[in-house]
Amino acid sequence: MIVADKKPIEEIIDMVKGYRKILILGCNECVTVCEAGGKKEVAVLASALRMYFMNEGTKIEMDEITLERQCDHEYLEEIRNSMDQYDAVVSLACGVGVQFMAEKYFGSPIYPGVNTCFMGVTEERGVWSERCQGCGQCILDRTAGICPISRCAKRLLNGPCGGSTKGKCEISKDLDCAWQIIIDRLKELDRLDDYEEIAPIKDWSTERAGGPRKVVREDVRQ
Amino acid sequence: MSTKTPSRLEKILDSGQLAVTSECGPPRGSDPEAITKKAEIIKDHVDAINITDNQTSVTRLSSLAACIHLKLMGIESTLQMVVRDRNRIALQSDILGAASFDIHNILCLSGDHQMFGDSPQGQNVFDLDSMQLIQTVRLMRDEGKFLGGDDIKRPPKMFVGAAANPFADPFEIRVPRLAKKIAAGVEFIQTQCIYNLDKFELWMKEARDRGLHEKVYILAGVTPFKSAGMAKYMKNRVPGMDVPDEVVKRMAGVPKENQPEEGIDICVETIQRLKECEGVRGFHVMAIEWEEKVPEIVERGGLYPRPEDL
Repeated sequence: MIVADKKPIEEIIDMVKGYRKILILGCNECVTVCEAGGKKEVAVLASALRMYFMNEGTKIEMDEITLERQCDHEYLEEIRNSMDQYDAVVSLACGVGVQFMAEKYFGSPIYPGVNTCFMGVTEERGVWSERCQGCGQCILDRTAGICPISRCAKRLLNGPCGGSTKGKCEISKDLDCAWQIIIDRLKELDRLDDYEEIAPIKDWSTERAGGPRKVVREDVRQ
Repeated sequence: MSTKTPSRLEKILDSGQLAVTSECGPPRGSDPEAITKKAEIIKDHVDAINITDNQTSVTRLSSLAACIHLKLMGIESTLQMVVRDRNRIALQSDILGAASFDIHNILCLSGDHQMFGDSPQGQNVFDLDSMQLIQTVRLMRDEGKFLGGDDIKRPPKMFVGAAANPFADPFEIRVPRLAKKIAAGVEFIQTQCIYNLDKFELWMKEARDRGLHEKVYILAGVTPFKSAGMAKYMKNRVPGMDVPDEVVKRMAGVPKENQPEEGIDICVETIQRLKECEGVRGFHVMAIEWEEKVPEIVERGGLYPRPEDL
């Protein structure tokens, strides 16, 4: 999933002060799972803002809606008829949803209510960690299913570096060394000899380096 | 073996004599004397001087510029190059820049993560890794090609080195990793500072068992402790460093004013012991901000005088 984290309320207050009617717009997908932008977080944020502005003596109206997704036209269309009544929208979707809202409702101010962090997993409730950076050319077949691009601090394709200590990364004792895990997995799979194959220089043009990306699938296109 | 470059370091190693290298860190400013003075102190006691490349991710005068200063003094240098800060365009470009000044040694490194230095909020690059940088220099030198496939006019003639850390984890791939660097094309290795000699000797034995000591020149890295505090710091705070307790105890066991001398003694003893270790072809003396001690270490280590012109 796409993992996001809540933005500090002070930042959101700064964005919305001056508006009279605001829509807090949640998303029922990834940000719900990582408890940053689902229905519950929409309600919590809306109450906090109401309380803040009430204490301040500012009259501000706030609606709460949570869409199934904010990254597909059909769900964003559900609010088309009510968009006119809002001076601004705070979207608690990931950056994808915020932008798709902005593109679709071109004349409306849309603000981000979360910080979008990475593609990752729920390690345990309240702990999410990164697993993929969407490089566009998956190499997991060659790294025993563990990704050094997203999980090695230096993205080393031929790691580990000299800073790997007791299974941990040189930048933090709380961070596992991806290459230690890769090597442990290779051992488990009885493929440790594969370690000595040199990973070739990567074509990063399918990654961010190649500019904004697009997948076009003629087979499913209508 | 026969030499492939005009590197003096390569010639000395090829002749079978123990080589001695050292390193200087460039200044955090633009005064060239900061580097030329250090080099002047050690130049007669070493065969080549490494110039570090923004080590520990602290911004400094560039490694290439410092190497050029040494070149102008007639001193052979080894250009350290990390892949942290430059993409493949900049790496190849700087290699050509160095080659244009006839800098004949290069050390291919990943580089410390930028969070250790003065720009933890900066981007890093890591377009290539150190293994791939080795391949790149060899491609440029041996085939006269850029990574993009085009021909290079006057290809660089560089003796290609890399680091090896026998003490990082997991230990079991430390020798395979050396083999991998050799397969990538590395010709000399400078190791991480050695304090745990038993572990180093085990690593060398495993390397010898695979015949790797005959495929690459291994220079054992040594760094004298200035104080017991430095020993403790290196033990506890520097990633990938293995300082046994008894070494820390030995340093702490002498009065503070005698600790520098004790540190030099340990360093010299390390050299003397490792001279007997088959496969060690020289020493890389890293006297961090203590360059004035390099001549003494080299002399007491029985590595002086250095070979005359070959």
